[in-house]
This record gives sequence, structure tokens and C-alpha cells, in this order.
Amino acid sequence: MTVPSNVIRVLIAKVGLDGHDRGVKIVARCLRDAGMDVIYTGLHRTPEEVVAAAVQEDVDILGISILSGAHMTVFPKVIDLLKQHEAEDILLVGGGVMPDEDVGALKEIGVAEVLLQDTPPQAIVDAVRRLVEARGPR
Amino acid sequence: MPAAVSSLDLVEPVLAGKPRAIARLISRVEAGEAECRPALEQIYRRTGGAHVVGVTGVAGSGKSTLLDQLVLEARKSERKIAVIAVDPSSPFSGGSILGDRIRMNELSLDPGVFIRSMATRGAMGGLARATHEAVDLLDAGGFDLILIETVGVGQDEIDIVRAAHTIVVISAPGLGDDIQTIKAGVMEIADIHVVSKCDRPDANKTLKELKSMLTLGFALRGESAWQIPVLATSSAKREGIGELLAAIDRHRRTLDDSGEMEGRRRVIARTRMLKTAENILHDRFEKQHDGKVSSLIERVVTRELNPHTAATELIAALKSEP
Repeated sequence: MTVPSNVIRVLIAKVGLDGHDRGVKIVARCLRDAGMDVIYTGLHRTPEEVVAAAVQEDVDILGISILSGAHMTVFPKVIDLLKQHEAEDILLVGGGVMPDEDVGALKEIGVAEVLLQDTPPQAIVDAVRRLVEARGPR
Repeated sequence: MPAAVSSLDLVEPVLAGKPRAIARLISRVEAGEAECRPALEQIYRRTGGAHVVGVTGVAGSGKSTLLDQLVLEARKSERKIAVIAVDPSSPFSGGSILGDRIRMNELSLDPGVFIRSMATRGAMGGLARATHEAVDLLDAGGFDLILIETVGVGQDEIDIVRAAHTIVVISAPGLGDDIQTIKAGVMEIADIHVVSKCDRPDANKTLKELKSMLTLGFALRGESAWQIPVLATSSAKREGIGELLAAIDRHRRTLDDSGEMEGRRRVIARTRMLKTAENILHDRFEKQHDGKVSSLIERVVTRELNPHTAATELIAALKSEP
């Protein structure tokens, strides 16, 4: 086997009081099957924990799934923390259930992509690849 | 978006222990980027201070959970601690699910702790391909204790012996009989045995079997500077963790005092050099000799050449290169 280079690394996280992780596990699985390294940090994390983990793991993508309605609180906080860590090259992707009008607002503050609940698995894989390619080498 | 920083510019922040720089360079080594080699050369000269401890055991034996508690315990003494947690890559897609951090979330916010998950990416011995280099980066970055958690092993994934100074083998109760304990392989490499989940009723049997296996060893080999302990831990009840840390520290002192540390460093150096040479050759065959390799495969399949002769020809072709 040859050494695979430039494997995309993704950290998948659940933040806050949201105990539903079937969705993120499916996302993790389909990214794995697309040849990516997927780090899963489990339920009930804080934004601080997730960003510290993303920095140590040097991921390309930080994917946060929120089904609790707290997205307008959590994502600005995460963006802020990424700036504090000088880690803005880590691309933030939101997933889960949220109103359409919030999607635009989230992208405005720096969320790279928002993938809602009806996104097919292949579209998730494609979005991740497209974002990483657009960012370029770092 | 900031432009890509050169690896040489990352050396200074790595030596200052900056997580971002250490993390970045680990990724570049993992990706096999030639650009980072001069930086690694500088980093390597600054290594040698850390105590590297390998933690191995079957999948589900409680390695991650125990490590979480071991790090918390060791942090009481202000040491900087790093964990490298290895999980398998898929043999089919090459992807992986790295889930060891789930059990270590308490540690994420401690600036004295650095955790990195690594996928095996085709390596077979229980470690990731770039594990050694990751250890170098953390060692040079001022981490005093570096814990390597191997993939969940079966019986024979023992590369960790040639990567760490101290080996902890974790056995969980209820898996197999006493014959398992005298089999060759993983059970032989322990400097410290741990039986995890000792809140379970069947743990005593496992402890007893391990201890009697070691008695056989003493009878055959006689006295040595280090007596392999068998420790009982329970992560659920937070028991036995202090004893495990004490044993790890005691083993380090014994290695230093007996002079065996030098021997272990030599084994690690030898393995790394030979393994790297093997990888370089392997990559050259794969990348530069595609045509040669496939024509030789044909001749082996048609029984014109046997595999050994074909291999000799492959190496001869390599030698004739400029």
C-alpha cells in the first residue's frame, strides 16, 4: 500500500444540550467511507472544548451539528474562538435543523457552509471536498 | 486566508510548545510532505527529554478511559503531557473514525495537555506511520510524558515496543482462559500489566492468571532489575490510577539507573532507521518502477522467475540508477 497523502481531516462535534447523535454518526460514517479521517468528540461539548480539539487535531473542517435551536448562540462563539486561536483556516460547517433565514446570517458571520437535515450523504462529501480545495494548501 | 507557512518557520513555535505549530507539522509529516524534512532534522536534535510510554491492549479493554484518568493524575505534578491516540484506517476507503477523544474531553481545555488522534493509514503494527515523528515534535515541544495509545490489538501488533521506553499492557477481565496469558506476542512485551474494569466480579481471576504467568517467567529467567507488576484499576471507581502512575515513574528510574534506557533508545533508533529505509525503497518501487514491477509480476505469474529472483532484479535495477 502506498502512503496516502493529504487525507482530509474532519472533526464532528455536538455542542450543548442536544443528545441526538444518530445524524452525526451517519455523517461521520459517510465521510469515513469517502476516505477521510473523522474525529468524533461525543455529546454535550462546549465551544471551547471543540475548538481546542480542532486545533490539536489540525482538522481541515470543523463540523458542528445542532438540533436544539441554539445555533445562533453557538456558531458566533465558535467563530470567535477560532479567531482567538488564530485558526481561521479551519473551515466551520454547520449541520442540523435550523430556519432558512438563519442560514444566510450564519454564512455572513463566517460559517463556510450550512448543510441542513435533508442533505444527501454524497452532497456532504462533495461540499467538504469543494471547501477544502477552495481553501488551498496551508 | 493566510498563506501557507514554511515548515522551517514552524520550528521555533514548536520548540516553544505552541499547539497550533505542533499540530500543523504532525499533519505535514503524516501527508509525507518532503518540504518538512529540514524542519524535522532541526526538531530531532532537540528531542530526548520525554518519557515515552506505550499503552496497548485489546479493543474495548478501556485504554482511552484509563488514559484520561492517568493524565488527570499526572497533571497534579505540573508535568506537561501529550497523548497520541491511534485508531485504524479502513482497508477499503482509507478513511477512519477516530473516537478516542470522546473519553478524554475533560482534558481538552488544559493547556498542559495535548491530544492527537492518528489513523494507521496502512501500517500494520498497531501504530500510525508518522507516530515516531509526532513523538519527536511533542518531545521537542517540551512535553515531559508522552503516552501512545495503540490501536486495539489482537495478539501480535507489537511495534509499540520499538517506539516507547515503557510498555503498559491492559487486559480486561473475562476474555479467554489462562493459556492466553502464556501465549507469545503482546503479553510478553509488558513492563507493567494492568487489569482494567476491576469493579467486575471476574477481575480477580484475570489478576491471578497474569500473576501466575509472571511467576513462570521469573522461574525461567531469574532475577532482574525490574519486577513486572500486575496492577488492578477501575476507571469507573477511579481506583488504582495513582499506583499505575507510580509504577510508570518507577520504571523510568529503573531504566535510567540500570543503564537499560540506553539500550532501549538504541533499539528505537535502529528500528526507525531501518523502517524508514524500507519505506523509501517501497515508495521508489511504487512510484518509479511501475513498469518494471508489472513486467516482473508477469514473469513471476507465468513461473518464468520465482519471487526471490524477481526481487533481486528489482533491486539491481535500483542500483543502476544515477
